[in-house]
Amino acid sequence: MALNLKPNLAEAGKRYFVAYTPGDDFYESLINAHRDLSDEQSELLNARLILLLANHIGDIGTLREALAIAREGV
Amino acid sequence: MLNTYTYPKYEYRTPPEIAAGKALKVPVVIVGAGPVGLGMALDLDLQGIPVLLLDEDDTVSIGSRGVCYAKRALEILDRYGVGDAVCAKGVSWNVGRTFFRDKEVYNFNLVPEPDHHRPGMVNLQQYYLEEYLVARAATRPGIALRWKNKVVSVTQGDSGATLTVETADGMYTVEADWLIAADGARSPIRRMLGLEVEGKIFMDRFLIADVVMKADFPAERWFWFDPPFHPNQSVLLHKQTDSVFRIDFQLGWDADPDEEKKPEKVIPRIKAMLGDAREFELEWVSVYTFQCRRMAKFNHGRVLFVGDAAHQVSPFGARGANSGLQDADNLGWKLKLVLSGLAPPSLLDSYSEERVYAADENLMNSTRSTDFITPKSRASRTFRNAVLSLAKDHAFGRALVNSGRLSVPSFLVDSSLNTPDEEAFAGRMLPGAPLDDAPIEKGGAPGWLLQSTGSRFRLLVFVDDPAAVDAAALSALDCDGIRVEPLIVSRRALSADSLTCLHDVRGVAFQRYDARPGTAYLIRPDQHVAARWRGLDAAKLRAAVARACGRS
Ligand SMILES: Cc1cc2nc3c(=O)[nH]c(=O)nc-3n(C[C@H](O)[C@H](O)[C@H](O)COP(=O)(O)OP(=O)(O)OC[C@H]3O[C@@H](n4cnc5c(N)ncnc54)[C@H](O)[C@@H]3O)c2cc1C
Repeated sequence: MALNLKPNLAEAGKRYFVAYTPGDDFYESLINAHRDLSDEQSELLNARLILLLANHIGDIGTLREALAIAREGV
Repeated sequence: MLNTYTYPKYEYRTPPEIAAGKALKVPVVIVGAGPVGLGMALDLDLQGIPVLLLDEDDTVSIGSRGVCYAKRALEILDRYGVGDAVCAKGVSWNVGRTFFRDKEVYNFNLVPEPDHHRPGMVNLQQYYLEEYLVARAATRPGIALRWKNKVVSVTQGDSGATLTVETADGMYTVEADWLIAADGARSPIRRMLGLEVEGKIFMDRFLIADVVMKADFPAERWFWFDPPFHPNQSVLLHKQTDSVFRIDFQLGWDADPDEEKKPEKVIPRIKAMLGDAREFELEWVSVYTFQCRRMAKFNHGRVLFVGDAAHQVSPFGARGANSGLQDADNLGWKLKLVLSGLAPPSLLDSYSEERVYAADENLMNSTRSTDFITPKSRASRTFRNAVLSLAKDHAFGRALVNSGRLSVPSFLVDSSLNTPDEEAFAGRMLPGAPLDDAPIEKGGAPGWLLQSTGSRFRLLVFVDDPAAVDAAALSALDCDGIRVEPLIVSRRALSADSLTCLHDVRGVAFQRYDARPGTAYLIRPDQHVAARWRGLDAAKLRAAVARACGRS
């Protein structure tokens, strides 16, 4: 499974009339998840989130690709 | 400061009611001749309702206000008769550049979707828009526009509202069956009636400068996140008409507005941004804070709120005047039906419901933009910067960059005025959708589908060959007093006797409406889909019209 780098977000059962809505929906949820947390708590949340998503993706090759791209830009 | 624009001064005339000592009785009074009040007056004029329009001032919008008018607003302005003037004077832009710190992260080219009359947006200083609307209103005998007429008190009864109006020559009274408050964000009418507006102020300040560039500068939108010349804040540069550029500097909450407005403070900021070589002159400078709030509902008995009086958003996404014009678009035909006794007053509840829904969408989108541009926490800032660093190379990252989203009309899919589909349709023209445009020919001349709709109920009937249409059955579509004008959309070019016939020259209308021969769409006067069928059935049409008028 190659890493998908195109816009790929959507919510089941929801109809979109503008292309920016699904990305903005997700981004809002992401930022809301951090509301009222300290910086340390936010870091922990992010780490837990990555672990959850990694397990869901499953394919280690894909994850290595993502890790490499994430690291390049730091 | 340099002035590229000369403000008109509109003439005040002594109201005859003052000498006569008599109250002026009118069916509708609109308070406020901003873009929304003016649009509202032109809408009601199209409905054949005489209007009294009062404004406390005698000129157009002063200084830096609206810039960007989106496609749906332009289509409404077409109906009001000023779309051509606005588009001819306004500037179109397609290229946007996004910078993060000292680098351009990416640029985009918003090539307009083909086969629409109007582009996604045009940029034009708000005073021009208002000037064109005033000029148009002046040609309409049904619109009485009174400058320097200030409303100082209002009371409301069961059958209307009574206003006291102050002028240089004294006071007089207006008794109106309906009062439309288009008196702006501070809305004196709202305050006089003791009504609330709920929401929040953004804890941020923006320096808004209009500058005149002495040399060519590209017609592009530039947005900087955290630039070296203005660290930790955002900056936006936008082209307007007459070589005027709008610059927005985010200042932060602690900035001193009076200090920041001083030219000796502003000019170095702009020089740092443009480089010393660019010659420019200041036209207007102000410091703004923005509100995000709306009234709980927009209709209160005989008083109807439109535009900034009803709702306010931050300007990222240009939703103020754009959404206010859509309020007018939504309200005009409904008030007409209620005034002529063809619909119950409760139809006006649907005005509030539909426009509250749209206001919430606008508030949501502009809040999201503001949260992206101005992160409120370290975690939020880290994500914002991560998105920007991914945007350079990856499409998914670009999709998440939010420096203000283009204003688009709401799909009123949950409206109680819609008749739900009974048959399957593909595409996006579902009940509640604002109409998609399409190129057509009418009597051999090129035109647009949207130009042939609006202001009245229409029945679009799609056919292969207009000869097959039963003109007698279609010509007299009277649904319990409400006339529905048929409009044939034909694949083949032939005239269908007395019926208006549009030739779908390139098949775009058929495709956008997922039409087959026999498909029929009931279209509201504000160019939204009310109902649609694969074949026409008189009883179903009647029921759908009744529903769209709030009769059932
Ligand atoms: C910096 C900035 C940028 C913006 N950019 C955009 C943009 O790009 N696109 C966009 O769509 N919108 C934009 N807006 C928002 C836009 O300017 C407003 O949404 C728009 O002006 C609202 O129109 P209105 O007719 O509701 O109210 P207003 O324009 O405020 O008009 C209200 C009118 O009521 C009159 N009035 C008030 N009280 C009384 C009284 N007691 N008696 C009689 N008359 C009275 C006033 O004289 C005024 O003429 C921007 C705003 C700002 C500040």
